Amino acid sequence: MTSDEPILEGLAALQRTAPVDLLDRVLLGADLADSYTEIEGPTGRAFVAWNGRGVTTFVPVEAVGTRDAFEARHPRAASFVDAPPDALSRHLELAIETGRLGGLPVDLSSLGDFQRKVLQKCAEIPPGEIRPYGWIAREIDNPGAVRAVGTALGRNPVPVLIPCHRVVRTDGRIGNYAYGSPMKRQLLEHEGLDPDAIEIAARRGVRLVGSDTTGIYCFPTCSHAKRITDTHRVEFRSEEDAEADGYRACKVCRPAA
Amino acid sequence: MRSTNVSWCSSQNFSGIRKCNAEGTGGVLPCEMTTAVDQLPIRLAADRDGAFPDLVRHLQDGVYSGVLQLTRNRHDAEDVTQETFVRVYRALRGYDEDRIKNLQLRPWVWTIALNLCRNRARSVARHAEAPLVGDRVDVFEDAASQALENAVLDEWHQRLAALPRPQRTAVVLHHVVGLPHAEIADSTGRSESTTRSDVRRGLARLRTLIEEETR
Repeated sequence: MTSDEPILEGLAALQRTAPVDLLDRVLLGADLADSYTEIEGPTGRAFVAWNGRGVTTFVPVEAVGTRDAFEARHPRAASFVDAPPDALSRHLELAIETGRLGGLPVDLSSLGDFQRKVLQKCAEIPPGEIRPYGWIAREIDNPGAVRAVGTALGRNPVPVLIPCHRVVRTDGRIGNYAYGSPMKRQLLEHEGLDPDAIEIAARRGVRLVGSDTTGIYCFPTCSHAKRITDTHRVEFRSEEDAEADGYRACKVCRPAA
Repeated sequence: MRSTNVSWCSSQNFSGIRKCNAEGTGGVLPCEMTTAVDQLPIRLAADRDGAFPDLVRHLQDGVYSGVLQLTRNRHDAEDVTQETFVRVYRALRGYDEDRIKNLQLRPWVWTIALNLCRNRARSVARHAEAPLVGDRVDVFEDAASQALENAVLDEWHQRLAALPRPQRTAVVLHHVVGLPHAEIADSTGRSESTTRSDVRRGLARLRTLIEEETR
C-alpha cells in the first residue's frame, strides 16, 4: 500500500489549468459571445460583430473609439478577429455596396418583438428612398406607435445595414440620427439623394407627388415618383389632398393606409 | 443624442465576468469553489446565460485536466473540453427550470465529456497510430520546461493507455480530477462498487507498470 503514494502524487500532479481563451471559445461556440472586426463602411471605418446566427452589431469606429471601448460597450463578450468568415464577408461587402441586406444574415434575436418588426420593415426600404416614421408604424399594423418606431430605430444595433437613415420625420424633414444628422445626410447623399432638396421640399409642405398621366401618387423618393417628368408632376400636402383630386396611392411605396 | 446606453450596457455583469478571466486571475479560490458549484444549478435556472460563464470557470480546469489524460494530446483535449461546454450550454437551453435546479452538475458535465472522449478515440483509431507528442500545443515559453512537461505527460499517457478504458477513466476522474466515487459512477453509468474496484485495479496495474519500468 505504501508504494501507492508516489503514484497518487504523480496522478495528482497531472492537474492542469485550462487554456486561458477556453471560456471565450466556449462562449463563441454557444453563440453567447460575438466575434468582431473592423471594416470599411459607406461613411468610414466601422466595427461589425457577429455570431453563428448572423451580424449583431454595426457601429462607426469614430462613434466608439478603440477596440477596448467597443468591447466594453458590447452587450456580450466580444473577441477581435482579422476578418469575418468568407461567406459572411462576401454578404457584408455586397450589402454595403448595394445598400440592401440581400443574403446577409442579421441576428435580431436579442431584441423585443416590436423592435424586430420595426427593423425588419425598415430593411425593406430600397436604397435611395426614404419613408416617414408613420409609414413603418402603419405597415406593421401599429399606426399609433409612431414615437415608439422612432425609439426602436434609434436603438438599431445594425445601422447602415438595416437602413434606419432612410426613415425621416413625418413632415418630410430628415430629422435625427443615432450618430448625428450629418451622418444621416451623408448616407442619403451616398445613395444619390439630395438632402438639401429634401429639406426644402419638406418646408414647402410637399409630402407626396403624383403623375397626372397615371393618376397615382407616391412618396417623392419612390422609384416610380422619380420617373415622373416635371410637366406631369403634381405635388400634394397630404393623402387626403391627393385622394380629393382623384389620385390613388402607389402600390409599391404604399403612401396611404 | 443617441439613447443607446440601455442596449449597450444591459449585460455588464456578463462582460465583467469575462474580463476577470481574460486578466488571468485563473478562477476563484478552491474553498469558494465548492459552495459556488453547489449554487450553480439554482443560478443557472434563474439566469442561464448570466450564470453559464461561471459554470465554465468553475469546471474548466477539472474537465481539461481529466480530458487531457483521456485523449491523445493537448490539441484534442482543448477541442473536447471546448465542445463539452458548448454541448452543456445547448442542453441547458432545452431544459426547464426544475430540471436545471436538480442537475448534478459535475457528473452530468462529465457524462458529456466522456462521450466526446470516446467518439474522439474512435475516430482517431481509424487513422494510423500517430506519436502522442505530435501536434502538441506549447504552453511554456522556455524549451526546458516545455520538454519536461511533454515528458511527464507522455510518461503518464503511456501508463494510462495500458489500462482498460473503465479503469483508466475511473483512475483519472478520481485521482487527477478529484471526483468522489459516487460522482464517477453517475458519470459512467457503472455502479459505485464497480467504480471503486475500477480505481483499485487501475492503481494496481499502474504500480506493476511502474515497477516494470524501473526494473
